[in-house]
Amino acid sequence: MVDYNKIVSRRVAEVPPSGIRKFFDLASEMEDAISLGVGEPDFVTPWNIREAAIYSIERGHTHYTSNHGVIELREYIAEYMDYRFGLTYSPGQIMVTVGASEAIDLALRAIVEPGDEVLVPEPCYVSYMPKVMFNGGVPVPIRMSDDEEFKFTVDNVKPLINERTKAIIVAFPNNPTGAIMTESELKPVAELLEGTDIIAVSDEIYSELTYQGKHASIASLDGMWERTIVINGFSKAFAMTGWRLGYVCAPTELLDTMLKIHQFTMLCAPVMSQAAALEALRSGFENNFADVEKMRREYNRRRRVIVDGFREMGLSCFEPMGAFYAFPCLDSTGMGAERFCEGLLRSQKVACVPSTAFGTSNSFMRCSYATSLDNINEALRRIKCYLQEI
Amino acid sequence: MTKELSKEILEILRQDCRVDAEQIAVMIDADPAEVAEEIKRLERDRVIVKYNAVVNMEKFDKDMVQALIEVRVTPQREQGFDALAKRIYRFTEVRSVYLVSGSYDLMVLVEGLDMRQVALFVAEKLSVIDGVLSTATSFVLRKYKEDGVIILDDEKDDRLVVTA
Repeated sequence: MVDYNKIVSRRVAEVPPSGIRKFFDLASEMEDAISLGVGEPDFVTPWNIREAAIYSIERGHTHYTSNHGVIELREYIAEYMDYRFGLTYSPGQIMVTVGASEAIDLALRAIVEPGDEVLVPEPCYVSYMPKVMFNGGVPVPIRMSDDEEFKFTVDNVKPLINERTKAIIVAFPNNPTGAIMTESELKPVAELLEGTDIIAVSDEIYSELTYQGKHASIASLDGMWERTIVINGFSKAFAMTGWRLGYVCAPTELLDTMLKIHQFTMLCAPVMSQAAALEALRSGFENNFADVEKMRREYNRRRRVIVDGFREMGLSCFEPMGAFYAFPCLDSTGMGAERFCEGLLRSQKVACVPSTAFGTSNSFMRCSYATSLDNINEALRRIKCYLQEI
Repeated sequence: MTKELSKEILEILRQDCRVDAEQIAVMIDADPAEVAEEIKRLERDRVIVKYNAVVNMEKFDKDMVQALIEVRVTPQREQGFDALAKRIYRFTEVRSVYLVSGSYDLMVLVEGLDMRQVALFVAEKLSVIDGVLSTATSFVLRKYKEDGVIILDDEKDDRLVVTA
C-alpha cells in the first residue's frame, strides 16, 4: 500500500485548496443559475484575431518558437507598452508567456528563496499566496479595507517591510475588489521601496479596464522601472482567456533569469496563440484599439448598473474603478459571506463568490459584471428577494 | 445633453430598446429626467423611428418568405425617384425600400406568406407600376445575421460557471 502522504511534497500539501472550487461544484449542478462568479469576459475573441490563428495553422505554423516569443510580437508589445502606459522596454526585455499566470509564477521563482517574505494584498487573486508558498516563500498579507477603497497606503504597507522582504505583489486594477490606484496614490508606496532590494511584481492584466483616467503602472514612477516586473496579457483586454497568452517586461537581468526558467519548463507559448496576439495588436494599432474601447464602454455601463443596484437595496458597495467586479459589503445582513453566498445560490440560484475565497475577510462577495445586462438585472432582482427572505 | 451622451443613448437602444430611461441614465451617468427628455426629442425628430423586436419568422412559420427585389425605373420629371419609391413602399407587403447606387435603382424587401404570394406581388403589383422598367427577384433562403444580431446558431454562454 502506497502512503501518498509520505510522497507528496509538504510544501504543496500545506497550500489550502481553492475556495472557489466549492462554489463551482455547487453552481455547476444547478440549471438556470445566473453566475456572477466568472472571472473572464463574456465577449468572444474578435473574429479577425481568431482568423489569424486559423490561418497560421493552415499555413503549417506548428513548430516551437523562440523561447522569448516571436520577435514581431515582442516588438508590437514594446510599442503597445509605450503607447498605452508610457513604459519603455526593448524587445529583449519582454518575454511571451503561457498566460499572465505563468509570468507571475516566473517572476516569483526568479527572485524568491525559501524564507523570503513576499507582501501580498488581501483580498487578492487566489493564485498569489499559493505561488509564493510553492516557492518556499512566506506570504505576508497586506490587509486592505473598503474604508481605504482597497488601496495600498503607507500605513498598511510600511509596518510589514523588514530585512526579509523580497517582493511586493502590486495588483491593480484588482481582482476581486475592482480597486485601482492612481499615479499619485502609488507614489508614497513606491517611495517606501526606495533604496531597498524589494522588487514590485506588478500584475496589470486588467489595465485596459480602467474607468477613471488612464491606468498607471507602478513601473512608470520615479526609481521604480529598475525594481519592477510588469506582467500583462491578452486574456481580459482582448477576450483571449483560453488562448493562454501573456507577457512579462522587466530589466534585462531579471528578464534573463525568468527566461532561463521558461526555457527549461514551458519552452515557448503556443505558436498559434502568438499569431493571434500579433493580430490583436496589429489591428488594434490600426483602428486605435476601437474594439477594446467598445468593450470597455460596455463594461462601464454594466458597472454603474450593478453598483447602483446594490446600493439601492441597502448593501454598501464602494465604487470599483477597474476590472469587472463589484465587491459589496454584507455586514448589514448579519450573515457571514460564505453563509450568505451559499444561501443565495440555493434559494435564488445566483452564484457569487464570498470574500473568503480571496483572503480572510468574511464580509464581502465578489460579483462579476462580465455578463449580459439582462442577467445582471435579473440577478439584482433575485438578490433583493433573498435579502427580504433572510 | 451632449452629442456624445446622445450617441450613447442611441447605441444602448439599438442594442436593446427595452432598457428604460432610468436604467440608461445609470449606465451613462446622467440625469434620468434629462435622458427621458432627450429620448422624447429623438423620437420627435424621427431619429428614433420605431421600436420593434427582431423576429426570426423562419423559426416560427417555415412557409413565410422574404425576397430582395432590384428595381430599375425611369425617374419622374421634377420628382426624381421619390414618387416611384412612394408608390412602392405604400404596399404593406413591402418591408423596406432603398435608393441604391449601381446597376439597379431601388432595392425593395418584400415579405409574404409563401413564395407564390411574393412572386405574384412582383408580377401583378410591382412590375406594372408606371415607370418600373425591370425587376430582378432573389428569395432569401437563410438568414445568418439580422440587424446586428447573429440568429442562425444559438451562441450559448459556455464558460465555466465559476472561475477565479
